[in-house]
Amino acid sequence: MVGIGQFDIDLFIRILPDLAYGALITLKFTTFSILFGLILGTITGIFRIVRNPILNAFSTAYVEFIRGTPLLVQIMIVYYGLPEAGIRLPPELAGILALSINSGAYIAEIIRAGIQSVPKGQMEAARSLGMTYVQAMRYVVLPQAFRNILPALGNEFIALLKDSSLLSVIAIAELTRMGMQIYAVTFNAWTPLLGVALFYLMMTLPLSRLVDYAQRRIGGHESA
Amino acid sequence: MSLLEIIDLHKKFGKLHVLKGINMNVEKGEVVVIIGPSGSGKSTLLRCINRLEEPTQGKIILDGIDITDPKININKIRQRIGIVFQQFNLFSHLTALENITLPLRVVKKIPKDEAEKIALKFLRKVGLEDKADHYPHQLSGGQQQRVAIARALAMNPEVMLFDEVTSALDPELVKEVLDVMKQLARDGMTMIVVTHEMGFAREVGDRVIFMDNGKIVEEGTPEEIFTNPKHERTRKFLSMIL
Repeated sequence: MVGIGQFDIDLFIRILPDLAYGALITLKFTTFSILFGLILGTITGIFRIVRNPILNAFSTAYVEFIRGTPLLVQIMIVYYGLPEAGIRLPPELAGILALSINSGAYIAEIIRAGIQSVPKGQMEAARSLGMTYVQAMRYVVLPQAFRNILPALGNEFIALLKDSSLLSVIAIAELTRMGMQIYAVTFNAWTPLLGVALFYLMMTLPLSRLVDYAQRRIGGHESA
Repeated sequence: MSLLEIIDLHKKFGKLHVLKGINMNVEKGEVVVIIGPSGSGKSTLLRCINRLEEPTQGKIILDGIDITDPKININKIRQRIGIVFQQFNLFSHLTALENITLPLRVVKKIPKDEAEKIALKFLRKVGLEDKADHYPHQLSGGQQQRVAIARALAMNPEVMLFDEVTSALDPELVKEVLDVMKQLARDGMTMIVVTHEMGFAREVGDRVIFMDNGKIVEEGTPEEIFTNPKHERTRKFLSMIL
């Protein structure tokens, strides 16, 4: 038998629970990372637009470094590099840290664009009523910015979910690594790896549908 | 003592000298209407009064306090000076009611239920109590502008600034906004109004100021300015728009 003929349906059914568990781990790492990335990205995104050259330079350097280097290298720097600097992290923490720092940079750009999409008059009106810059950001600008960037954040979540497969190199038992381990034991590549792909699809397809839906809803709202 | 006193106010945007030494006083309860061609600095003057634009030079004294003093808490001062904008600038993610309660709660720390009572009172004042739950995009331009006026009034300011508030409105919606402003003037609010509505200036203004090229050219009662302007430039401007 050739090609897809190697697909073993019995094996596939047997490994389903393992793959499902791996998918859950993938989802967990992605969710934590996107949450920390959101915090990091919001702060950095604001730092990029405030009138402060030091904060501008710092945030620009961070964003450029992350976007200009491969995630795989970033993960290895955190996992293999940091211990040499005396910071030893368990793989799970190193994984979340690397993914958060990575997504933070991409989210910072999304947030920056989101804030700039809110008309200047909104900040002005808020300030004219006596709000501080921080209050105006918190209660007026950011809520509108987040509404506008929801689809972009959804896309970032999907991208990060796929990129999290790189965590397999630091022995985190997420979906991709599960597939590789099953392959190593069974010497059958087709079955576990197609299964892995299927599980990624089952997570990303509903998400991208959700993003499409959000995009259409916001599009209809924009007439305000 | 005047409620508001502006002394030798200058504003430069880079090389552009927009305000070239403005001196004016506004008494409590007075309605001052500022007219003039576009680019004459009217809006910039208004925006300097609550420091949305930083004056380059000069003083602005509100009730004895120099608000151009860098040490002053401008957020406190802005609560005393309401402004309404040409583009309404309602918070688009909030309902009419929430637009008014947000600054009350955030800035004045008024509890939610009390803030809502105040907000409804002011929505009633502008005739929009029934639109409390509407979002800005569900309201007409005139209604949005009335909510914006209610939002500024709810902060209980001592002076209200109006920056061409009817310029972005369809003609049939102008009257409802002007009516609210007329009522406000009758109630004794101190108002500085930048407008192209000469009928309003004539009817409601206690004093009309004509600005051109960053300077006050002429000021007087509406009667003096509209029927007997002293300066050639005022005459020319009025002949073009009346």
